[in-house]
This record gives sequence, structure tokens and C-alpha cells, in this order.
Amino acid sequence: MSWRVAVGEGSCGIAAGAAKVYDALVPLLKDSGITLGVTGCIGMCWLEPIVDIYEEDTLKARLVQVQPEHTSAIAEACKSGDLSGVSDLCITDEDNAFLTQQTRIALRNCGIIDPNSLDSALQAGGYSAIRKILQEDGGMTPEAVIDCIKTSGLAGRGGAGFPTWFKWNAARQSAGEEKYLICNADEGDPGAFMDRAVIESDPHTLIEGMLIGAYAIGAKEAIVYVRAEYPLAIKRLSTAIEQARTAGFIGENILGTDFSCEFRIKAGAGAFVCGEETALIESLQGQRGMPRLKPPFPAAAGYWYKPSNINNVETYANVAWIINNGGEAFAALGTPDSKGTKVFALTGKIRRGGLVEIPMGMTLRQVIYDIGGGIRDGKAFKAVQMGGPSGGCIPASLLDTVIDYKKLGATGAIMGSGGMVVMDETTCMVSMAKFFLDFTAKESCGKCVHCRIGTKRMQEILGRIVDGKGKDGDIELLEELCGAIKDGALCGLGQTAPNPVLTAIRYFRDEFEAHIQEKHCPSGACAALLKYSIDVEKCKGCTLCAKKCPVGAISGTLKSAHSIDTEKCIKCGQCKANCKFGAVQVG
Amino acid sequence: MECSCKQQHSDLSKLEPVLAQYAAVKGSLITILQQAQEIYGYLPMDVIYHVAERTGSTPAKVLGVATFYTQFRFQPMGKYLILLCDGTACHVNGSERIAAAISEYLGIQNGETSADGLFSLSIVACLGCCSLSPVMMINEDTYGSLTPEKALAILKEIREKEGTNA
Repeated sequence: MSWRVAVGEGSCGIAAGAAKVYDALVPLLKDSGITLGVTGCIGMCWLEPIVDIYEEDTLKARLVQVQPEHTSAIAEACKSGDLSGVSDLCITDEDNAFLTQQTRIALRNCGIIDPNSLDSALQAGGYSAIRKILQEDGGMTPEAVIDCIKTSGLAGRGGAGFPTWFKWNAARQSAGEEKYLICNADEGDPGAFMDRAVIESDPHTLIEGMLIGAYAIGAKEAIVYVRAEYPLAIKRLSTAIEQARTAGFIGENILGTDFSCEFRIKAGAGAFVCGEETALIESLQGQRGMPRLKPPFPAAAGYWYKPSNINNVETYANVAWIINNGGEAFAALGTPDSKGTKVFALTGKIRRGGLVEIPMGMTLRQVIYDIGGGIRDGKAFKAVQMGGPSGGCIPASLLDTVIDYKKLGATGAIMGSGGMVVMDETTCMVSMAKFFLDFTAKESCGKCVHCRIGTKRMQEILGRIVDGKGKDGDIELLEELCGAIKDGALCGLGQTAPNPVLTAIRYFRDEFEAHIQEKHCPSGACAALLKYSIDVEKCKGCTLCAKKCPVGAISGTLKSAHSIDTEKCIKCGQCKANCKFGAVQVG
Repeated sequence: MECSCKQQHSDLSKLEPVLAQYAAVKGSLITILQQAQEIYGYLPMDVIYHVAERTGSTPAKVLGVATFYTQFRFQPMGKYLILLCDGTACHVNGSERIAAAISEYLGIQNGETSADGLFSLSIVACLGCCSLSPVMMINEDTYGSLTPEKALAILKEIREKEGTNA
């Protein structure tokens, strides 16, 4: 009997205290015969830190929200083989339903294997696909690999959803010996962390997927462009690349064949626009990350103007599975338009937030309610933002929308890279539209006038609306600007920047109108539009609010109801925070 | 106004190993700047001029690249760098109020350093810890589920530890 304890050490887990739990377990399990190790991120972020107990390869218990003070009980339980002492920490069936309703391909090893260990990856089937291609039964030709990916229907998971095989084939067909394969790990969409989790939890799967891509297009060099904000991902990927090189999976004559491929990592320096493939290439070349005019596409003239292929992390993470299981197995999942699975980062006002991988074709309602457990704190669902600043919001009336590229596109939102931020009744949609516009205006590289200046003007208009200074015609002006920016921008950043505003106007026009006409924020979120008043029934005349008001806007005498002078009120909220009788109302 | 770069005297020899490795490798400018920032904590103007000279570029070109990316700083940083997340999840969960509280307490805006040289504030797009939102990182440590009060308590504790209870 051999027992093993694994602490989940993704960035989220570490932020929640996983490293302290691990450190506390080290002395307790020393010389006990029980192995202590780490895993990456299982994706159940709200339960971190998570500790798994295995007997051989069987998961005996998954302990959640573990703190250092729990470690002696955990050590005792493992030593005695009696887990009853830690039963309080075990994951509940309800929480476990988050995982059991998922279908994991890209995330298949995340939170299960040790991301620092090549052996752990090999035991989970790592590098079996590249072996199959290069060695078994005469192997597979690059054309056969591309065919297999074509059969699978795999489409780019970074957001655009372009067929992967088509890009690979175009790069393969391009003339020239010098070709490059690039991985876009510049995950810039705020609210998305799928790619980070894959690299931190299962780096060898990314490397293997990229090797297969490099073989298919004929590239001898593979480059991973990772956000500098992901230091742990960079560290684990560097370790994995060295391990793979030592084991003969990277370098000259891989597995004794003619196929050679070098790997390197390039740390990005922080620019959202570098998620666009030609901007990323400019950045790789040490330039300002500004997009190029297309065509020529990177498949013809990419990195140093040589044929190049770029896919995102999640796309590559599916590749080895497809080679091993066949394109048909992947295509069997999903809808006629969208094959396979998609990973989402479910966050916001959701009860169970984390990483969700589901077959295409599930509905938004299933993901948000069945998997995510619905809205936190008993509030009502209002909208879900899909695809971050390039995507749009989808309202409650469309919760039964099926997740596939076309159906989501029809709502005005996009599949995007997988950010899924849930908003409740207290979220102001006008203010959210402004938040996304602030982001894209700041991140616009400045190359195209429509994007650079258009987003700035939209930002100003949205700014005056949330400040209660909106004018008649502002909504129409926004719509006009949106159209001009979509038409006039060169790259995806500008072309999609209007999406959050357009969808917010489409589904929540009444909120915009309330802000402009009535100077009222229906969600009570826009500070400039709040009106504080005192409920005379509830007010006991204790005078505390009047004493706390920094501008002397509250008047009234002892034991009689007070009132607020709305002209003087600066909406600081001190009166409401201090009232013991709940008499201060905000509307 | 005299050019401020003339008044700086960074120890340029520290950058020599980096330049020896990368100056002649095409496409390495961002890598050189990243390593320069590791060494000096920020990008002093004389370092920018030096990098331009050694890579056969111009100061304008180097500065153009450096200012394009959010990672690069042009002023010395405080001892503690506060990275306050304003990603979508943190924003929805109230990061703006935390930013306001920190700004008021330290008397600095985004991108500035406090008068005592202790804190720099940088509001960033996403730290990827969305489930703990709102989140901030101070140097290597991450603090989650913040409220304005909790954020200020953390800063006060650091100030007390540093003995500059301003």
C-alpha cells in the first residue's frame, strides 16, 4: 500500500495559501513512507487550497479549503489509513458536481499530474502522440496529421475560431525551408486564465501539441510567447522544456528520426494588442506590438517574414489527444458548427467560480446554474459577459443559448478565449460598457485612427452618461461610432472593441435611457447618480448621521426624523454606513 | 530645460553581460530592456541611451518600444510595489473602491510612488486570481477577498514594520 498526498499549487492555490499548507506537511510526513507532491490547478478556485490523498492511483479523498492548522490531522489520517479524522474537510457532493459535469480534454491532466515531473506526464500518456506520429507502424506523414486535425474540426481557441487545419496546411504549403511555429500565451483578456492554468498544470501537453504542429507545418523552431505577468507559468514551462530536451523530445533528431525542433520562451511585456497574431510577431521581433496589414497572412510571411503558424495554448493542448483518439472522437463532441470542447473561466458573481471544460452545445444556463451553482448571495442573474473586452453581454432572456461559435455570435457576443464573467442585479451595464471601453481605449496601439480616436470619444460619451451628464442623442452617437470603428480598424482589437457597448445598448437600452433622461442608475451602482434619503418611519433622530456627514448636508433635531439636503450631499455613504436603524435609503 | 538624462549616472557596467549576450542578436530589444529593468528596478534614461548606442538603434526607437509596453517603468519604484487588480472579475466585485482608498491613504495615483519611497501603486488588468477577487499583490504576496478596510490594514501593517508611520 502506498499513499500519496498532493497539494494543488497553481497561482490561485498559492494565493489562497497552498504553499504554507505544503510547508506544514513536509515535517509531518517525513520518513512516514507517504509521498508528498504538488499538482497544478484542478480549476475549483473557490475551494482552494485543495489537498488530494491517493492510495496508489486511486483518489481516496479531496480535501478543500485546507489551512496549515489542518495538516496534523491530514498526516495522521494518511499514516493510519483512517480518513474519518479529516471528513470535515472532504469536498461535498454538491461541490464535486462542478467537476463531474465537465468533459476534459485540454485540461485532462490539470490538477492530477505533477507539473514539475516528466515521469508524471509520461505516466499520463504524455508524448505518446508524437511517438505514434514519428515511430509506430511507419508513423504519420505531416499531411496525415493535418488530415486528422481537419477531421476533428478543431478551431482556434484564442477567440477567432478559425479552423486549425487550414492554418497548418497553409503554412505547410508555403515555400521556404525556414518556418516557425508560435504559441500565443499572451492571455490578456481580463477575467480569463485558462491558458495560465494549462501551462502551470500540464506544460508537457502544450509542448507535445506544439511539436506535432511543428512537424505538420515543417517548422524547426517553436516559440512560446507568454505574458510576463505569469512568472510561475514561465518557470514551469522552462523546466518542462529542459526535461523534454534531456529526454530527446526536443532538439536534433527527435526520437531518432529526421525531425528536429528547438523550443524557446519569449516573455511578453504587457500589451493586450499582442494577442493579435501579427502584433505578437512584431513584438517577438523586438518592436512595438502593432498589427500588420493582412494579407500576407503569417502562414505566408510571419516571423521575420517567414511562413509561420500561430495558435493559442488551448488549441495546442487538444492536439495530442486528437492524434491519440482520432479526429472522429473529437468531432463526435459538440454541435455541427463547433466541434469538441471549450474551456471557460467562470468568474464574477457566481457561487462556484473556476475552470470549466464542456462539450460545445451545452447551454449557458447549464454552465452557470448546473456547474457554477448559480448566483452568489441570493441575488438575481442579470447578464454574462462572454469574450471579455472583445465580446459582449448576454441577458437572462438568452440563457438557453447553446454554446457554439455561430449561436453565440448571433447574440452579438463572441465565444472569445473563454472569459465568462457573471453579473448580478447590482451590476450597472452602462458602467460595465464603460469599463471595457476604458480598457480597449487604453490598449489601442494607436495605429488606426478609428480605433485610437473613436474609442477615446466613446469613452468620453460613456463617462458623461455614468456621471449623470448624458445628452439626448448620445446612444445614437455611440452606435454610429461603433459602426465606424468596426469598419475602420485594421485588427481584431478595434474591430471588436465596440461589441460590449453594442450588446449593452441592444439588451439594456432602458438602463442607458434611465441614466440619460432620468439621471438615475437602476442598479444603484453609479455613485454620481445615487440619491440618499432618510426614511422618516425608521429614523429615530439619534443625530449620528448628522455628526458623521462631512459636508453638513443632514439636518434635524434630537428624537425627530432627519433629512438630507441633496444639493449639498457628496454621496460618500457615511450616513448609511453609520445608521443603526437602516433608515438611510439609496436610490 | 536641460535634458535629465545627462544628470543620471547609472552603473552601466552592470548591463554589460546582458549586452554581450543580446546586443548583436536581432529582435532582442525587449529582452534587453526586461533584463535592464531587473538590474536597475526601472529604466533610467541614460540606460536607454546606452542600449540604443550598443544595439545600433536610436534613443527614440528604444524609448518608443519601452513606452509601448506596460511592464516598463521610467521612475524608481517604491520598496513595495502594489499591483491592484482591476480585471473584470475584480472590477465587478468592487476594486474601484479599493483603488480609491489606497490612493487616498498613500496620497498617490496609479503609477506613482509615495513620498516616503515605500509604496508604488500600479493598477493592472488581471492577475488571474479571479476567484479571490478583489485581489492585490504586494511584491511576491497575494491578498484576496479585499475590502477597503482590509487593504488599508495591510498597508498600515507594512508601514509599522518599516517604522515610517506617517
